[in-house]
Amino acid sequence: MPLLQIKNLCVSFDTSVGAFMAVKGIDMSIEPREVLAIVGESGSGKSVSMLAVMGLLPKTATVTADRMAFNGVDLLGLTGEQRRKIIGRDIAMIFQEPMASLNPCFTVGFQIEEVLRVHMGMDRAQRRARAIELMQQVGIAEPAERLGSYPHQMSGGQCQRVMIAIAIACNPKLLIADEPTTALDVTIQKQILDLLMRLQAEHGMGLIMITHNMGVVAETADRVIVQYKGRKMEEADVLSLFESPKSNYTKALLSALPDNATGDRLPTISDFALDPEGATA
Amino acid sequence: MTQTVLQAKNLVRDYHVGGGLLTKARTVHAVKGVSFSVEKGKTLAIVGESGCGKSTLARIITLIDPATSGDLLIDGNKVDIAHSALTPEMRRKVQIVFQNPYGSLNPRQKIGDVLGEPLKINTDIPAAERRDRAMAMLKKVGLAPEHYNRYPHMFSGGQRQRIAIARALMLNPSLLVLDEPVSALDLSVQAQVLNLLADLQDEFQLTYVFISHDLSVVRYIADDVMVMYFGEAVEYGSRDAVFSDPKHSYTRTLFAATPRADVESIKARLAKKKAA
Amino acid sequence: MSNETATLPVEAKARSGAFGEFWHYFSMNHGAVLGLIVFVLLVLVAIFAPLIAPHLPNEQYRDALLTPPMWHEGGKSTFILGTDAVGRDMLSRLIYGARYSLFIGLVVVVFSLTSGIILGVLAGYFRGWVDTLIMRVMDIILAFPSLLLALVLVAILGPGLFNAMLAIAVVLQPHFARLTRAAVMAEKNREYVISAKVAGAGHLRLMAVTILPNCLAPLIVQATLSFSNAILEAAALGFLGMGAQPPTPEWGTMLAAAREFILRAPWVVTYPGLAILITVLAINLIGDGLRDAFDPKLKRS
Repeated sequence: MPLLQIKNLCVSFDTSVGAFMAVKGIDMSIEPREVLAIVGESGSGKSVSMLAVMGLLPKTATVTADRMAFNGVDLLGLTGEQRRKIIGRDIAMIFQEPMASLNPCFTVGFQIEEVLRVHMGMDRAQRRARAIELMQQVGIAEPAERLGSYPHQMSGGQCQRVMIAIAIACNPKLLIADEPTTALDVTIQKQILDLLMRLQAEHGMGLIMITHNMGVVAETADRVIVQYKGRKMEEADVLSLFESPKSNYTKALLSALPDNATGDRLPTISDFALDPEGATA
Repeated sequence: MTQTVLQAKNLVRDYHVGGGLLTKARTVHAVKGVSFSVEKGKTLAIVGESGCGKSTLARIITLIDPATSGDLLIDGNKVDIAHSALTPEMRRKVQIVFQNPYGSLNPRQKIGDVLGEPLKINTDIPAAERRDRAMAMLKKVGLAPEHYNRYPHMFSGGQRQRIAIARALMLNPSLLVLDEPVSALDLSVQAQVLNLLADLQDEFQLTYVFISHDLSVVRYIADDVMVMYFGEAVEYGSRDAVFSDPKHSYTRTLFAATPRADVESIKARLAKKKAA
Repeated sequence: MSNETATLPVEAKARSGAFGEFWHYFSMNHGAVLGLIVFVLLVLVAIFAPLIAPHLPNEQYRDALLTPPMWHEGGKSTFILGTDAVGRDMLSRLIYGARYSLFIGLVVVVFSLTSGIILGVLAGYFRGWVDTLIMRVMDIILAFPSLLLALVLVAILGPGLFNAMLAIAVVLQPHFARLTRAAVMAEKNREYVISAKVAGAGHLRLMAVTILPNCLAPLIVQATLSFSNAILEAAALGFLGMGAQPPTPEWGTMLAAAREFILRAPWVVTYPGLAILITVLAINLIGDGLRDAFDPKLKRS
């Protein structure tokens, strides 16, 4: 049974100039212990579809799907209360801006323990012990002392580690990482990716990696979905995607990588004939 | 014929922080004695992670902030904005393009005015000719004359970056400082803007100082590479020398950390995963 | 990057008409639209006062002192809202009073806005001792209860409508200076300002042409709210006898003159009070609507 299964997901936003379709019928599924990467440029709807799964979209958004099931439970049929029990415990999410995702008014220890209190119902001593254990797992030195730090006293990389600690606090079955390293330096990015991959293997989580960086995809994913303007362009395992991309859009993306430059000009999207629904705009 | 457009000797920039009622004043050394030179028509890439002083250096080269000490020579003329006022001729020689295409254009200024402003301030070219030149420049950077009367919010990130480049070129500078010009852009747009920069360099014999944290972009565009780490230039040499044989351990760390998107690396990773 | 996925294309479309978009958000606030309608009516009444008013504002009908409104017992149809203690028609005085109130609001806002903007831009742009000097003076002005300070100023300058307006402008001006300073400080380090600097723009051009137009949104909101504030304070000064002097049909002054008849002839107090209330409320509603329309945070949700 797939961990998460989505069929024909559509998301539209009400705006002052009418409805805007951000996601136009996406199918996807992820198995337990699998790393799925969703790649796309801005406007591809890659974040929106995952936020729809989490139920985190604003009220102006309309979400429809033929099926959206987590571990066999239909998410669309749940009440808000039931859904919140799953989200944050069985499905966790981390975001691009680690500094902005943490509340600057509270210590990181408080923020980790809050999750444990809400979802696990632990007492004070248990929470403290578990928080220290989590900080160790995400590779923060002197965990007991650092629990008393405020987010602004930590670097971006450390904040992202704390976010990961909060995300894995309840042993989720699925972790969604939305551009987790985009705001970080390359050397820190490497550390965070290594950490995510290690935790994924240790905990046997499913991991959905949303990114625009082909390098990150190549370094982490088992399977890849390429999205463009709210539609799925291609789905393949990582090796065949890079070895023999099927859709023109994927080809264009890969050849636009400066690593793959052959002449002194890079091929651009317009050099490729794209699918009718494709990137001519 | 080679001609050195930009030469920096031992540039230092210190910031004084604090010194309030309760805190003691500290000095932060943002740039610690950096020297380099760039020849006409070439590209020097300055690589480093956040806080390494590369943006401070960009502001010094662009004559926005003065250096604390050290010499800066542009087209062979020594410039020191800390002690003498900047002449309009020197001002015209160096222009800059910023990273964030959404912040670098005045939201209340039409594109035509964005492009015409540098001419209006620095020259006494009549309005009609300013307009013609702006139109011509729009075409040059791949936009159309009908974009002249639009506002920045009507453009995408890549188009805005083209406008920012066009504005920088209006005064015919000899040196263009590019501060992470493609970091905020999508991959496909990034390729277009890099191509545009290469075309313009060929056409106008422009000299670039290209500041970036992205090694794959640097490898593609640079002639020389300087790697900065905590305010110091730890590695400086031609692109091929730096990429094929990095001397400093930080440069090697940086290379190792850059994700690789080639098929061999993926195969190696998958094999390793299977074995584990 | 990912955060923009949803909003970017939407925004590009929505902003195609800046005014259209503004109106979209403004009109979603029904209170604001109502306020705007009332305000426009008020302006029309003020402009066409001589045509609308049934009587001259200062004409005294000695045979009809303190006539009640026409629907009360003893009311006359010639005096719709009744007359005051010296037999002047209430309705006509209120209509002419709208002229004064709007004029006071406008002048005060123009005075305080201009001086506030100039001081605020200087403080925010140059920082350092200029900033310290200007802002400490503003702090001192703000430390006084505003009405008290206005009273003191009027006491020094002498009572009268013009001096009252001047005093109110001085009292309201620090709010503009503070707001401008904060906005200028936020905009000053944006890249487009640095770009203009690199293009060779001098201090004056940077302040007036590059930065200031981008700071106007909060100032417009504050100007609207100050407009009503000015009307209110002018009425208060008038009531205390320090503003417009009788027989000027200013609403606050009318209230003051009618104080002693509050039990015998409630209409002479009620209607000027109601006029002030409605005007101030309408303008405040517009201000709220403007704030909603200008605040990008509210638009996103």
